[in-house]
Amino acid sequence: MASITIRDVTKSYAKMQVVHGVDLDIATGEFVVILGPSGCGKSTLLRMIAGLEDISGGTIAIDGTVVNKLEPRERGCAMVFQNYALYPHMSVAQNIGYSLKVSGVPAAERTQRIQAVARTLELEHLLDRKPMALSGGQRQRVAMGRAMIREPKVFLFDEPLSNLDAKLRVQMRSEIRKLHRRLAATSVFVTHDQVEAMTLADKLVVMNGGRVEQVGTPAEVYSRPASRFVATFVGAPAMNMLEGTVTLDGLSLLGDSRKLNVSRTGLPVGSKVAVGIRPEAVRLVAPGTPAALEATVDLVEELGAGRVVYVDLDGAPFSVVTSETVHPVPGSAVGLQFAETDLHFFSSETGARLDVFKASVPEPVF
Amino acid sequence: MEKRVTFSRWTIGILFAVPQLLLIFTFFYWPAGQAVYWSLTLQQPWGGGNIWVGLDNFRSILSNADYWNSISASLIFAGISTGLAMFIALVLAALTDRQLAGSRLYRVVLIWPYGIAAPALAMAFRFILAPEAGFMAVVNQVWPGFWDPGLDGTDAMASIIVAFSWKYVGYNFIFFLAAFQAIPRSLIEAAAMDGSGVIRRFWDIQFPLITPTIFFLLVINITESFQDSFGIVDIMTSGGPANATNLMVYKIYSDGFKGLDYSGAAAQSIILMLLIVVLTIFQFRFIERRVHYR
Amino acid sequence: MVERTPFLNFFTHVILFVGFVFCIAPFVVVIIAASHNLKDVNDVPMSLLPGNDFWLNIKTAWTTADLGPKLLNSFIMAAGVAAGKVIISALTAFSIVYFRYPGRTFIFWLIFVTLMLPLEVRIVPTYAVVANVLSPYQTILDITGLTWLIEKVSGVQVSLSLGLLNSYTGLILPLIATATGTFLYRQFFLTVPDELTEAARMDGAGPLRFFIDILLPLSRNNMAALGTIMFLWAWNQYLWPLLITTDQSHATAVTELKQLIPNVGGIPEWNIAMAGTLIVMLPPLIVVVAMQRWFVRGLIATEK
Repeated sequence: MASITIRDVTKSYAKMQVVHGVDLDIATGEFVVILGPSGCGKSTLLRMIAGLEDISGGTIAIDGTVVNKLEPRERGCAMVFQNYALYPHMSVAQNIGYSLKVSGVPAAERTQRIQAVARTLELEHLLDRKPMALSGGQRQRVAMGRAMIREPKVFLFDEPLSNLDAKLRVQMRSEIRKLHRRLAATSVFVTHDQVEAMTLADKLVVMNGGRVEQVGTPAEVYSRPASRFVATFVGAPAMNMLEGTVTLDGLSLLGDSRKLNVSRTGLPVGSKVAVGIRPEAVRLVAPGTPAALEATVDLVEELGAGRVVYVDLDGAPFSVVTSETVHPVPGSAVGLQFAETDLHFFSSETGARLDVFKASVPEPVF
Repeated sequence: MEKRVTFSRWTIGILFAVPQLLLIFTFFYWPAGQAVYWSLTLQQPWGGGNIWVGLDNFRSILSNADYWNSISASLIFAGISTGLAMFIALVLAALTDRQLAGSRLYRVVLIWPYGIAAPALAMAFRFILAPEAGFMAVVNQVWPGFWDPGLDGTDAMASIIVAFSWKYVGYNFIFFLAAFQAIPRSLIEAAAMDGSGVIRRFWDIQFPLITPTIFFLLVINITESFQDSFGIVDIMTSGGPANATNLMVYKIYSDGFKGLDYSGAAAQSIILMLLIVVLTIFQFRFIERRVHYR
Repeated sequence: MVERTPFLNFFTHVILFVGFVFCIAPFVVVIIAASHNLKDVNDVPMSLLPGNDFWLNIKTAWTTADLGPKLLNSFIMAAGVAAGKVIISALTAFSIVYFRYPGRTFIFWLIFVTLMLPLEVRIVPTYAVVANVLSPYQTILDITGLTWLIEKVSGVQVSLSLGLLNSYTGLILPLIATATGTFLYRQFFLTVPDELTEAARMDGAGPLRFFIDILLPLSRNNMAALGTIMFLWAWNQYLWPLLITTDQSHATAVTELKQLIPNVGGIPEWNIAMAGTLIVMLPPLIVVVAMQRWFVRGLIATEK
């Protein structure tokens, strides 16, 4: 078991810098998920921890020891790859036991440990098969077994579920979670799938453009996104964003076409802001309801348990998730109502979260 | 193309290349350099090293009618046998590709000749084409003196051409068939839906798509006709009669090892080498283009 | 596809059948001629019904040309060359694909250029090198003055000499270097997923372990294809063994065939000659038939 300390780590290739000064602390036994769109540098960061990429600047320490110059095998990390990277010519048992063979563990002990790992992962009946003859989920488990058998200090996962179909992904997700609870090993998991990230993480790290945007528990990241990017990236359907300006009595939105009365935000009058509201926080009301924003229904997606209503707000797209029994018809007018406390404010320039209503006691005004 | 992932300790890496580098230095580059050296010098008969003669060796072989005769024989041999072997193979491959009953059998059998050593098949053809026994003897019975590769240069040339072509039909067949089968089935089907018949499809779709293979085989066949012909010539004609089949490689061999004229043989080697260099460059230009084609 | 082309199909069958006959005829003639006695084989036209002397002729050819030891020599040479090529080209390709070092491209081109230096054009000087395989190194020592220096310092006259004429080493070694084999492996190694390399590194394997445990087992198909092609190629070599085996003990079956050509004016023992030809062409033919898949695959892969 080990902690990981990442200090001002950068990575540049010949022309491009892909990771810009990342700082991150991972505690012993923690399950950290690094979430971000493709190309945000999350895999590169993981591979730098693994020792598969050189570190251009800064330091990575495992258990207090700086590992920048250590080879992968010397770092005590195990990794599960996106496409599993199973050795196609070796049986399941050989695949799992290869690292032990390399490090010269005697055959008897090897067999015993392979058996133990196989038992945990319910792979016992497949030990003689070749990877070719396994299903996606079984391959996934073998890859896990290969990582587990070394009893590593750190588990690294590089989008390991992205090659599975939806149903299997859910199942493997909970298996990984259970496994982590049992082994309590420090784990770093990279993914672009926010549902995966939210469900697995003790600590969620959101990355964009080679920088860490936010670190926090999934609940924190969801309820208090630190930036406009995080706000729109986490949560589905994505958070609605409306450009606006702070006015004396509230906000004017969408190029002054809409007014919104809110309590004093504490922001200077005239500052440009982006106002975000989660689709789940919006209620559909009858058109003409006082203080509600009026919009036209574009499209309704039935989800069974509820529905997503896409509306048109003076040309700006806006979505609402509702489980109520209203059945809006495309083309009809609706009112949109929400609580002031559900609004998120971001700087239009930097995208950073703006703290508002600090002093005021939240109370619905509509 | 490059690997993204490599090993860091390249000093170990370079060691893996050492065996091959030693071999090519010792058996390729050194001898090639030696050939250049010999071709520019003359060994003194009483020993005492080589004297520098510049391009004299080249001048002397290029003014030698025997050498020009050898070049023209090589070109005739290369031209006719390549044309023959490629044309026959192309027809057979195109027809085999139609996948009618029995095509599996042809696919298996037609490649056998390429496995046979040139001297062995030369021996077989020497018998088959012998004037007094075998099969051409029948023709000689009807028209006495019609066929005698031992005396008639044209007959001798025809004999080695037949033997060489027979072997390389099999070789070309493999490549043509592979090229035909690499054409996506859907292209043929689309053309069929467009109302194009079998022969039309061949000229409009299949033939244009395999032209890269044709160019590629053309070069390989010509280069091989310089190299692989040695065994055939040595067994069937020994370069005769009257030097009619004294192809370039055979002449290098006989001048160098029978005539012990190292300098002359070396100069001939250099010329042949240049020829092969030109052909190889030509071939790789086309290979490059072939990649773009796909 | 539904297609009614009865005439075309008819011609297809006819032409393919004719091609088949031309392809197979020499083999048939060799077998039949090898079964005749001296008189029948020289009949014009020769009877296409097999005679009774097949085994006798085979035996005569076998003893006349001493084919037993010669076939063994051929086999040793072909197997040696094939194994050598398979191993050495794998090593080289591993070096130039999996490592970055200065001069890597240069090495690639050095190997590439050997394609333009076929044995046939450097035959005389290669022969000279094999007569004393250390002569290049001796010359280098002489020219650079090292010989002189060593003699001054230690009093020893350096004189490197190792003749390889009439030896298996001399038969095999000069034929081992291979550009096509190296390129075949290079192509293949480039298709091996990078993740496998990374997984092996995470498992603690260094370059040598990775090469032996992962890369070589994955290359089995390539090895079979390359090995088949190179075995045939080496078995069928003629010029090289002809030159360097001045002594009968190392001659190969293919070069020995020449002993069986009936002399002009001598007894036209074509039946014996054809029996010998059959013996010599049979092993590669068996390889082609048994290993057809690898043969075709290797042929196409190595020439690309």
